[in-house]
Amino acid sequence: MFDAANIIFLSLFALAAVLPFIYVISSSFSVTAGLIPKKFTLEAYQYIFSAKTFYRSLLVSVYVTSVGTMIQLILTSLMAYGLSYRHVPGRSMLLLMVVFTMLFSGGMIPTYFVVRSTGLLNTLWSLMIPNAISAFNLIILKNFFQSIPDELKESAKIDGAHELVVLFRIVMPLSLPALAAFGLFYAVGLWNQYFNAIMYITDQTKYPVQVVLRQVIILAYGNIGDSTDMEEVPYYGQSIRMAVIVVATIPIMLVYPFLQKHFAKGVLLGSVKG
Amino acid sequence: MNQMEAQTEMAKPTKTRNTLANRMWKVRWLYFFMAPGIAYFLIFKYYPMWGVLMAFQRYQPHVGLWGSQWVGLRHFRRFFSEPEFWMLLRNTLYIAALDLVIYFPFTIILALLLNEVRSEIYKRTVQTLVYVPHFLSWVVVVGICYLLFTTEGGVINEIIASLGFEKINFLMSERWFRPMIIGQIIWKDAGWGTIIFLAALAGVDPNLYEAARIDGANRWRLLWHVTLPAIRSVIVILLILRMGNFLDLGFEQIFLMLNALNREVGEVFDTYVYRVGLQQGQFSYSAAVGLFKSVVGLILVIGSNWIAKRFGEEGVY
Repeated sequence: MFDAANIIFLSLFALAAVLPFIYVISSSFSVTAGLIPKKFTLEAYQYIFSAKTFYRSLLVSVYVTSVGTMIQLILTSLMAYGLSYRHVPGRSMLLLMVVFTMLFSGGMIPTYFVVRSTGLLNTLWSLMIPNAISAFNLIILKNFFQSIPDELKESAKIDGAHELVVLFRIVMPLSLPALAAFGLFYAVGLWNQYFNAIMYITDQTKYPVQVVLRQVIILAYGNIGDSTDMEEVPYYGQSIRMAVIVVATIPIMLVYPFLQKHFAKGVLLGSVKG
Repeated sequence: MNQMEAQTEMAKPTKTRNTLANRMWKVRWLYFFMAPGIAYFLIFKYYPMWGVLMAFQRYQPHVGLWGSQWVGLRHFRRFFSEPEFWMLLRNTLYIAALDLVIYFPFTIILALLLNEVRSEIYKRTVQTLVYVPHFLSWVVVVGICYLLFTTEGGVINEIIASLGFEKINFLMSERWFRPMIIGQIIWKDAGWGTIIFLAALAGVDPNLYEAARIDGANRWRLLWHVTLPAIRSVIVILLILRMGNFLDLGFEQIFLMLNALNREVGEVFDTYVYRVGLQQGQFSYSAAVGLFKSVVGLILVIGSNWIAKRFGEEGVY
């Protein structure tokens, strides 16, 4: 009795998790979006790929995601590697410095002025650099590096290997699963980011796909007489809006099988205290 | 004199082998590796903390922190006397409390239910499906929500209309704002939130269940006396971590859901800071609002961590 009810409930919840998305996909391919899609068509997709705004924003997002992931992963793993050695003078101070940023921050406005003074404003760097290292990921990766036996590193050093060699030939290859997990973490974050873009970027040609997505869908409905957005919002048909969502989500769906496997691992790595 | 210098010179190698400078020199490559990261934290995390001083100034961007005039606590006094202060406090606490009493227990229950499933394949399938929404951006989640709930041809309202009821304007009403917010949070993250609980549940010693069953414990007693105590510390740790984000929960989400018609119940500290600060240019005043929020957040984390420790739990920090 309980088992049956449990299975029914879980099935419903799982269905609810994916059904809206399936609905969006199916109506993006149909002529009229009613309850049941009527006729198969690719019109919506033809339209959005001919529209320059959308096409360009996709390229921006692809660029920011790929370059940004590289930068963030390299910065994070280099610092995590340094912090993984217990005998480094000043290590505990550095760790404290990192952890404190998880508890307290200067806030949106002072951060905005710092980004402005570094000259990143209105460049694509502003989407990659100001959030380059997640303190949380850094600490987890540090713990992971720490779990690699010292003997491996020490023996290489006794053989005369340079610190760089130890890092790139021994530690990095051993950490590939963890690095893959964090690479995906960062990539998803970069692809999905929205707020940084509207805060730091005013040049419409540099908008990433999430910003355009919001203009196409949400602004088209809501914001009656709202002063927050002055841009002209053209009206788009229902199926075009659906298609925009699909295209903006496809990269995530493509990596989802890998995500699911590694992410769960990444989260669990984090639950190991150290 | 010369002799003494020579002596110290000679004593140096043995003496300095373990000095700080020497130890630092030995790991110079590690510092070199860490340098970009340290620079990142100093510039983008600590410099803004210094910049928070603008909350006590009449900050003018072109003269900077050094040239701006100091005004003491004026912005704070203004903020606390604004009627908006109470609105923001109420809205923020309300949504945060909903998150705590609805979303958080929901993930625990979901994990417990998943844990009861015997078929490994079925469990794996459900997990795979419920993790999906976590990876969608808030823009996509809110966008899908708009498409489904709009009165202009959204499925939900079409169904409501076809059943003969009046259409409900979910997206532009004060009444539906909070249910929509908490519903989206559950839809997006409840599945994902189960991961850590499931891992903790998998670690429970099966012998404990066996022993309890021999003593005649039924399903509920097993849950109450074996399962829940086993994952208690995980629950506490996650609760503390969530307290840390208590005030800046779902900022993007709320920002995206806000419109002129639900602002009264939807505006929270962060959206207010953005609107007043970056859009209206009241930099110092909004920095003061942000600082107030950060300090309260800090107190909440430290406080809940302290309470957890008092109750014999491990705590996070």
